[in-house]
Amino acid sequence: MPSMNMIQALNSALDVKLADDPRTLVFGEDVGYFGGVFRVTEGLQAKHGTKRCFDTPLSEGGIIATAIGMGVYGLRPVAEIQFADYILPAFDQIVSEAARLRYRSGGEFWAPITIRSPYGGGIFGGQTHSQSPEALFAHVVGIKTVIPSTPYDAKGLLIAAIEEDDPVIFFEPKRLYNGPFDGRHDQALRTWAGLPEAEVPEGHYKIPLGKAAVVREGAEATVLAYGTMVHVAKAGIADSGVDAELIDLRSIVPLDIETVTASVQKTGRCVILHEASRFGGYGAELSALVQERCFWMLKSPIERVCGWDTPYPHAFEWDYFPGPARLARALLKVMENS
Amino acid sequence: MKKPPLSLYIPQPPARPGDKARFDHLSFDLGAAARMPDWRTPETELRDLPYGLVRVLGVEGSAWDPHLAPEVMRKGLRAMVQTRLFEDRFFRAHRQGKVSFFMKSTGEEAIGVAQSMALEPSDMCFPTYRVQGWLLARGYPLEKMINQLYSNERDPLHGRQLPVLYSARDYGFYSLSGNLGSRFGHAVGWAMASAYSGDTRIALGYVGEGTTAEGAFHEALTFASVYRAPVILAVTNNQWAISTFAGVAGAERTTFAAKALAYGIPGLRVDGNDFLAIWSATCWAASRARANLGPTLIEFVTYRVAGHSTSDDPTRYRPKDEGEHWPLGDPVERLKDHLIAAGHWTAERQEQMEAELFDELREAQKAAEMVGSFGKSKPPVSEMFNDVFKDPDWRVTEQRRELGI
Repeated sequence: MPSMNMIQALNSALDVKLADDPRTLVFGEDVGYFGGVFRVTEGLQAKHGTKRCFDTPLSEGGIIATAIGMGVYGLRPVAEIQFADYILPAFDQIVSEAARLRYRSGGEFWAPITIRSPYGGGIFGGQTHSQSPEALFAHVVGIKTVIPSTPYDAKGLLIAAIEEDDPVIFFEPKRLYNGPFDGRHDQALRTWAGLPEAEVPEGHYKIPLGKAAVVREGAEATVLAYGTMVHVAKAGIADSGVDAELIDLRSIVPLDIETVTASVQKTGRCVILHEASRFGGYGAELSALVQERCFWMLKSPIERVCGWDTPYPHAFEWDYFPGPARLARALLKVMENS
Repeated sequence: MKKPPLSLYIPQPPARPGDKARFDHLSFDLGAAARMPDWRTPETELRDLPYGLVRVLGVEGSAWDPHLAPEVMRKGLRAMVQTRLFEDRFFRAHRQGKVSFFMKSTGEEAIGVAQSMALEPSDMCFPTYRVQGWLLARGYPLEKMINQLYSNERDPLHGRQLPVLYSARDYGFYSLSGNLGSRFGHAVGWAMASAYSGDTRIALGYVGEGTTAEGAFHEALTFASVYRAPVILAVTNNQWAISTFAGVAGAERTTFAAKALAYGIPGLRVDGNDFLAIWSATCWAASRARANLGPTLIEFVTYRVAGHSTSDDPTRYRPKDEGEHWPLGDPVERLKDHLIAAGHWTAERQEQMEAELFDELREAQKAAEMVGSFGKSKPPVSEMFNDVFKDPDWRVTEQRRELGI
C-alpha cells in the first residue's frame, strides 16, 4: 500500500471521485492549472480536464453560491476556500442557504456540496492564515463539519463528505499536510513517511462521518481532540504519564456522542483540547455535553486546553498554540481529584 | 492656498409625503432600444442598449413586438388579473388575522407572468418574493398556495417558512428566502451545471434594484460573465426598497441595466409594465443563453404600488398618490386595453373573467380554511425536526423525546 502525506491522500480522494462520478467538480482559487497553493489539487486538471477542475474568481461568496446552484442542479461540487480565514465572505451562503435549503424547501432542494479549507496554526501564518473557525460552523444547524488528523482518515472522510447529500465543511489541518506535528516546535520536522496512518489505499474507501476514533485506550482520563491537536494530545499524554484515553472526534458535526460518553463514564475525567480560542469554542459544547451525560461519574471538573481569547498572534505563535506541556499540566490537574 | 471644504452628498428622493409625485429624474425614451438587434449580435455592439427602454405596448410598430397570438396574451392577462386578485385577497386576509404576513406585487405582475410563460417549463427560476405570478401563470394549485400562506396542516413547506416564501420544484421555482440576493449566484451555478452537463435548460435569477448593492449581486455577475453561464439575470427596479428610494442604490448615476457593461455582458432596460416588452426581451436573452452566448442582465423598470409587505406603510415615506403618477401605467390595464383595441377582447369578457377568477379564489380559500388558516391548523410538530439533515442525528432524536413527540 502506498505511503501518502495528507496532501497526496486528499488529492487521491479527489482523483477517485473525479474518476468515478462525472457529477464531481473541483474548483476554487488557484486550484486548476496550478494545483492549489498547498498542491492538494495538483495534476487533477491535467488528468480530468479543465471542465472538471478549474480556477475561480477571488470571490468566496461567489464560489459557494455557484457550488450551491450546481448542487441544486444535481452535481457534487467540491469547492476550495484557500484558507479558513477567508471563508467569512461565504458565511451567508453557508448559513442562510446551504444549511437551510433542505429544511425551508420542505425537502425539495438541497445542496450536496463539500467545502474544503485548510485551517489552524503552527505555520507562522499570523492572524489571517492560522485561525480555527470550526465552532462558528458547528453552531449552524444543517451543515456537517469534518476535521481529519491523518492521511488515511483525510482520504476516507473526504470521499464520504463528497458522497453526502448534506453540505459538509471539510477543514484540513494544514500543519499536518506534510507530517504529524505534536506541538514540539523546536524539534526536527517529521514526515508521514513510514507511519502506519500514512498507508493509504489507492482506490475508493470511506470513513463514515460521525464516527470518532479511539486513538489510545486509557483508564484514568479522557482527552477529546481533533485535527492537529490529536498529535499534540499524544505527546502531552506521554509527558504527563497519565493513562489517558485519546479520542479523535474526526467530525465535530455529527458528533459521536456515544464514544465520548462511554469513555468519560469509564475514566471519570475529561480534558478537551482545541486550537481555537476558548470562550464559546467547540470545547464549551463538549464540556456541556459531557457534564450533562457523565456528571455522576466525574471525579474532577472538566478541563479545557485551548488557544487564548486573543486573535491569532504572529510573533507569539508558541505562546498561543496549546502545546503538549499545557495538556500535560491539565491532565495532572484532573488527576489531583479522585 | 486654502482648500475648499469637502461636503458629503446624501441622495434624497424627488418627493416625500405631501409633495407632488415626480418621476422626471427617470428617462422613458426608447433611445437605443428603438431598434431590436439580432440576438446573435456581439456584446460590443450592444453597449448603448442599457440606456434605452424596450417598449412595445403604446409604441406604434415597435421593433420588439413579439407578435404573440391573441390566446397567449389572453392567458397572460388572466394570470396577471389572477395574481392581483389573489394578492388583494390575502392582503385582506392578513388584516383579518388569517395569515401572519403577506407581500404583494401590485404593479409588477407582468414580469413574473410573462417570463414564466416565455421560458420553457424545464427552465429554472430563482425568484424573489415579488414574482408570485410565475406560479399562477404555470397553474400552481391555488389551494396548495394558500395552504402555504396559512402554514396549515397541508402546507407543502410543513410550516417552516414565512408566507409567500414558496418552493415549487415541479414548476421551475426555486426555494425563496428573505435574505436578499443570496440566490442570485445559485441561478448562475445552476446554469453552469446545465452547461457542464450538456443540457439545454437555462436559468433565470431575480433581484430587486436595492439588492444590486449587495456583494452577492456582483459575485453572481462575475461568475456568469467569466464562465458565460446560460442565465438571464433580472433586476426588478420597482423604485423602492422598503422606504429606500432607488437613488440610494445608485440610480441617480446610471441605469441598473448598465451594470452589465462592466461585466462585458448585454444589458437591457425594459418597460416592466409592458407584458409584450418583457416577453420579447426574455426571449432575446434566452436565445443568447441557449446558443452558448452567455448571460444577459435585464432591468425591468416598474413601480411597487403596494407597501413592501403587510408590515409596511408607504404613506410614511412617499407621496400617497405616487403610484397613480407612475408614467408607465398599470401592466394589467395596458395589456387589456391593447387586446381590446386589437379586437381580441372585450370589457364584458374581462368582467366575466374577473368574476370567474374571483369565484375560483373564494372556493380555494374556503377549501384551505377547511384545513385551517394560520394558527387554526398546523403540521405535526415532528415536522419541525425533519429535513434539517437528510438523516437526523442523535440531537433530533433526543430533542424530539424531550419535547415528547
